Amino acid sequence: MTSSTPGAPRSTGHIVDEDATGIPSFEAAGGDWSEIAEEAARLGEERIVVNMGPQHPSTHGVLRLMLEIDGETVTEARAGIGYLHTGIEKNMEFRTWTQGVTFCTRMDYVAPISSEAAYCLAVEKLLGITDDVPERATVIRVLMLELNRIASHLVCLASGGNELGATTIMTTGFTAREEVLKIFELITGLRMNHAYIRPGGVAQDIPPGALDTIRESLVTIRHYMRQLEDLMLANPILQGRMKGVGYLNLSGCMALGMTGPVLRSAGLPYDVRKSAPYCGYETYDFEIPVADTGDAWGRMVVRIEEIYQSMHLVEQTLDRLQASGPGPVMVADKKIAWPAQLAIGSDGMGNSLDHIREIMGTSMEALIHHFKLVTEGFRVPAGQVFQSVEAPRGELGVHLVSDGGTKPYRAHFRDPSFNNLQAVSVMCEGGLLADVVVAVASLDPVLGGVDR
Amino acid sequence: MSDAPQEPTSGSELEAGQDAVSAGGRPPLDVIDVRTGQFGASGSGDTSGYGGLVTTVVLPGPTARPYGGWFDEVVDILAEVLEESGTPFDAAVTSVVVDRGELTLNVAREHILAVCRALRDDQDLRFELSLGVSGAHYPHDTGRELHAVYHLVSVTHSHRLRLEVAVADGDAHIPSTVAVYPTHDWHERETWDFFGIEFDGHPALARIEMPDDWPGHPQRKDYPLGGIPVEYKGATVPPPDQRRSYR
Amino acid sequence: MGIEEAPSGFLLTTVEDLVGYFRKGSLWPVTFGLACCAIEMMATGASRYDISRFGMEVFRASPRQADLMIVAGRVSQKMAPVVRQVYDQMPEPKWVLSMGVCASSGGMFNNYAIVQGVDHVVPVDIYLPGCPPRPEMLINAILALHEQIQSTPLGVNREEAARAAEAAALAATPTSHMTGLLR
Repeated sequence: MTSSTPGAPRSTGHIVDEDATGIPSFEAAGGDWSEIAEEAARLGEERIVVNMGPQHPSTHGVLRLMLEIDGETVTEARAGIGYLHTGIEKNMEFRTWTQGVTFCTRMDYVAPISSEAAYCLAVEKLLGITDDVPERATVIRVLMLELNRIASHLVCLASGGNELGATTIMTTGFTAREEVLKIFELITGLRMNHAYIRPGGVAQDIPPGALDTIRESLVTIRHYMRQLEDLMLANPILQGRMKGVGYLNLSGCMALGMTGPVLRSAGLPYDVRKSAPYCGYETYDFEIPVADTGDAWGRMVVRIEEIYQSMHLVEQTLDRLQASGPGPVMVADKKIAWPAQLAIGSDGMGNSLDHIREIMGTSMEALIHHFKLVTEGFRVPAGQVFQSVEAPRGELGVHLVSDGGTKPYRAHFRDPSFNNLQAVSVMCEGGLLADVVVAVASLDPVLGGVDR
Repeated sequence: MSDAPQEPTSGSELEAGQDAVSAGGRPPLDVIDVRTGQFGASGSGDTSGYGGLVTTVVLPGPTARPYGGWFDEVVDILAEVLEESGTPFDAAVTSVVVDRGELTLNVAREHILAVCRALRDDQDLRFELSLGVSGAHYPHDTGRELHAVYHLVSVTHSHRLRLEVAVADGDAHIPSTVAVYPTHDWHERETWDFFGIEFDGHPALARIEMPDDWPGHPQRKDYPLGGIPVEYKGATVPPPDQRRSYR
Repeated sequence: MGIEEAPSGFLLTTVEDLVGYFRKGSLWPVTFGLACCAIEMMATGASRYDISRFGMEVFRASPRQADLMIVAGRVSQKMAPVVRQVYDQMPEPKWVLSMGVCASSGGMFNNYAIVQGVDHVVPVDIYLPGCPPRPEMLINAILALHEQIQSTPLGVNREEAARAAEAAALAATPTSHMTGLLR
């Protein structure tokens, strides 16, 4: 079957319609670039619009950049998003409050725990049980949030290095991240998209021996961090490509509503963990790393420093968990708490045999209660809240409206990447084409959060 | 027989959008919906009794002073600044709601720019950072169906507040606040894309998440979820929005 | 006399074996990571779950140089034409591995924004469930694809196989009609 056979698949042709009349457009088929360049020169076209399309190795996901270039200089840069729009917010309106966690966790898939934490804190605010969440659950939440921050920054540094052509940075960063993923798998059962933080607490307690495993992993991560620092901080190529690139000063950041490492690289030490603390962050000892260069290099340095601060926080949580001993990890109110105290069984799946024995053998009421809690879910009093957390990318806000029912009436996630991506135009216009890649990498957008 | 209209006294007699069950001077309630039936079959064949339940959905209404904490001070300063610049406070801010530790100002759409400017520029308010605009759709709250919600943060004073502008479905126009907070550029585009609220004065109000030629505004309540029936071995299950569910 | 005209028999079988072996030997994927599964795909390409042992760590940015499209992640309505265009730009022989439940069937997102299965847009050779599938699961799917490629018939055998597959699919019971399985 060849492409001339009727009905056989043919490649999608170049679209030329009435919107494109008068504008010369070229489609490169491979091997013909010199002819296209000659043709463009003959037509006197000096400005070319290049589509860095949704499928591209270095756009951090399905981001479309429309760049008008004049030689190597970018004169106009526009970002097109929406290629990963999943309708998560609308889908959450048809699922119970607890099922909403599994949906919101898949928005920012590199830092799923942050999205879960923000959502669950918002639900708890609506329920009014913020103070009733057990201490152990709160400390475990901080542990998971900071581990997630380490993993997310490692992805940013690793993929940033990869896009600049330094593949060893990518392999080192991802190997370090594997240590964190092993811990996540040990505690939650999954490497990504955990749905571990639930309204009222966490899904299950950390297994015995996990604390020592985490301490060992921290040692390994520090070892990989030393390797990464050797590769990155004194590297003249990285310095040349990142210093002065993607510059956005403080007034630009504030006008565009930037938060996270981008804002902190411009000199403002704004961190939600310090300014509007949640999960007991005011009781931990940590610092906010700040740079004053406002460029991609400053952001990279800030992220590396934040990894160290997060490891310090993880050690503090491990000490607290060790000192406090076993305890409940779900709120005591049985009308809200997830019915079964889950534990990972021999088949790797979460179940709780004692609980099943009780509801199937002993108590009909317990069975009905379990059934109603899982299928109907709990009801949340009507009202609206806004809860922010400091996600690795910036301030993640959740606007949650309840109508008194078992499902969210409206869940809106103010994702930091959605906001930060507006700076692409400001950062890239006037710079070189190669700097676009560096600037976008320094913003660290995750398109799942951008498009939701 | 009294000539005064009988005030509704039970949930089933309240209609959505109607303010107040006045019960001896308590603040009025913000009724957004009255629902009959709670689960399962509707229309016929309901033996569970759920079908007869009537639920009144009430969001927290305006709060009476004192609001508590720093809320009073901020509202007073805002009133002062607005009056000085010629905007009557009661016309601009229609009501103040304090609920669950958060301050919400319901703002009339004509004055949203003035309120935003006052909040951003006055040194005692200094809400420099805006976390964006989003929408909400309350289809049964006639006359105020579409809400645009702004969340503002004061980095200097560590304050957070919410502005809410409500517009009717047929006339969903709100002045664009991009001139005050440039970050609202993409947020307003997203709110237009998902709810159909038009922001007048926005530099380029176009679809951002959905394809450019997509019809309809997906996150409105009258837009279906759009799923397909799920096929199992021997059965099909309808998509999530068409299954029986607790309302 | 090309492959298409060779009669089925010993010669064609040997050619099929050799061609299959060479094709599966270095299957180059095109960078088509969309969402969460892309991160797991990157982890599979990293040094721990190395797919370089199959010669596959070179994710080609240009579809013209790639054989395999791993659709990793949810395909939104806006992205579907792009998926099709990238698929069309790949030269034959090409294979598609739909990684994760969102690419295979729409996953948990049964709504207006997601294409319910990338097989609505491109023909899929291997479906890999998981949300997201572990790197080991992805390697398992790649090995299953290798076996499929090794045993691909060519020439007249291929036309016969295609006809037989079509007839079987037309005669099969649809999933929702498979009753009576629970005994």
